[in-house]
Amino acid sequence: MGFDWAVIQDNLPLLMRGLWNSVQLAAITVALSFPLGCVVALGRISPRPWLRYPATILVHALRSNPLILIVFWFFFLVPILTGRPVGDFASVLAAFVVFFSAYFAEIVRSGIQSVRRGQLDAALSTGLTYAQAMHRIVLPQALRSMMPSLATECVIVFQGTTIAYVVGMREFLHTTFLVTERTMRPVELYLFAALVYFVVCLAGSLFARRLEGKAGRAR
Amino acid sequence: MNLNYEFNWGMLFIDPARGWILDGIAMTVALSLLAWTVALAIGTAIGSMRMTRSRWLRILGGLYVEVFRNVPLLVQLFIWFFVFPLLLPRDWMMAWNGLDHVPFLTALIGLSLYMAARVAEQIRSGIAAIPSGQFAAARSTGLSEFQLYRHVIAPYSFRVMIPAIASEFMTTFKNSALALTIGVAEITYAARSIESWAFRGIEAFTVASATYMATSAFVVVVMGWLERRLRIPGLIARR
Repeated sequence: MGFDWAVIQDNLPLLMRGLWNSVQLAAITVALSFPLGCVVALGRISPRPWLRYPATILVHALRSNPLILIVFWFFFLVPILTGRPVGDFASVLAAFVVFFSAYFAEIVRSGIQSVRRGQLDAALSTGLTYAQAMHRIVLPQALRSMMPSLATECVIVFQGTTIAYVVGMREFLHTTFLVTERTMRPVELYLFAALVYFVVCLAGSLFARRLEGKAGRAR
Repeated sequence: MNLNYEFNWGMLFIDPARGWILDGIAMTVALSLLAWTVALAIGTAIGSMRMTRSRWLRILGGLYVEVFRNVPLLVQLFIWFFVFPLLLPRDWMMAWNGLDHVPFLTALIGLSLYMAARVAEQIRSGIAAIPSGQFAAARSTGLSEFQLYRHVIAPYSFRVMIPAIASEFMTTFKNSALALTIGVAEITYAARSIESWAFRGIEAFTVASATYMATSAFVVVVMGWLERRLRIPGLIARR
């Protein structure tokens, strides 16, 4: 069969709008689920059992479910809970934020636990409260050691945005799918989509690896 | 909270919902076990390629890992489903489309090759974690390169890698849910069918979630046991 690469050029504005939606979904997800993940992580290492147990159960429950199922849960539940229909974007975003907060929580937790115990003890002994010691002393150090994992997780979030396809959100993959339905050129369009995802994700992965090299040297 | 929803758990135990659920669980288990097995085989091969002395094999292995890890799984599934048959020679395409269970085979190929890239990375970091003294000691006893890997490195790294291999199984198990997009009736697909057939979303999704969570708990328990059984004396045990 012959290839017709012009189909990509013809539909480029539409495809780029889809890509932009994917990027937005990923960026807002990271911006919201990282702080939420920090809160959950602090809950998971808290000395108070009434904080630790719910946070631990939440993290395990979310991490043992596939993202696609969490998206379906929210798509079904959010209208029932709020009593009115919400858009695709809102329900997908809610699902993504909750789901990825569990993954960010685990990254933050292992980052915090990589900080030497003496740092917390020393901070507490200077009269800082537990919250102050965490905020001022432990978290800044933890953040440095978890930068590579955070960058990798951002790539995973971006790859995850393809799953919004299943509830019809117009992200990049769904846009590509719609264009193939109309033009009947799946080969060119899907290969192009794969190439775009590959380039974006490879750039992210390489960036993460560079951070890893830096973190390794700093230690 | 005012929920405009009446629960009806009983309907899950009556056909057609019951049949969909049981078939869905069987499909999820079959797909993920098969894909995991294939991924371990291919992943080990790719991972080993990256450890060889041949520069070309190393580049080829590295290329495989980068490509399959940096394209989202759903995109890969779509390519195997929509693009791959069109690129085959005409006779092959006819033969492929004539096969039974094309969606299942497609999902199996896509999932296995995607997971193989992740397994390859685990294998590489598993072998890289082996103290270099092990290599030196084994070579000094006169073992050949093959014997070195067969009798010293493989048994050692396999045991060190048990947690990673177990977590890759859980990832495969969860990722198998994406097969629903190409029409494989696994458990998440079954849950969606029940939701759209009877508007029983909460009940149906609960069954699907329970399947994944129970499997995850089971894997954690079995692997914890296996890890204790096979622990290498002298290494720090995981809690």
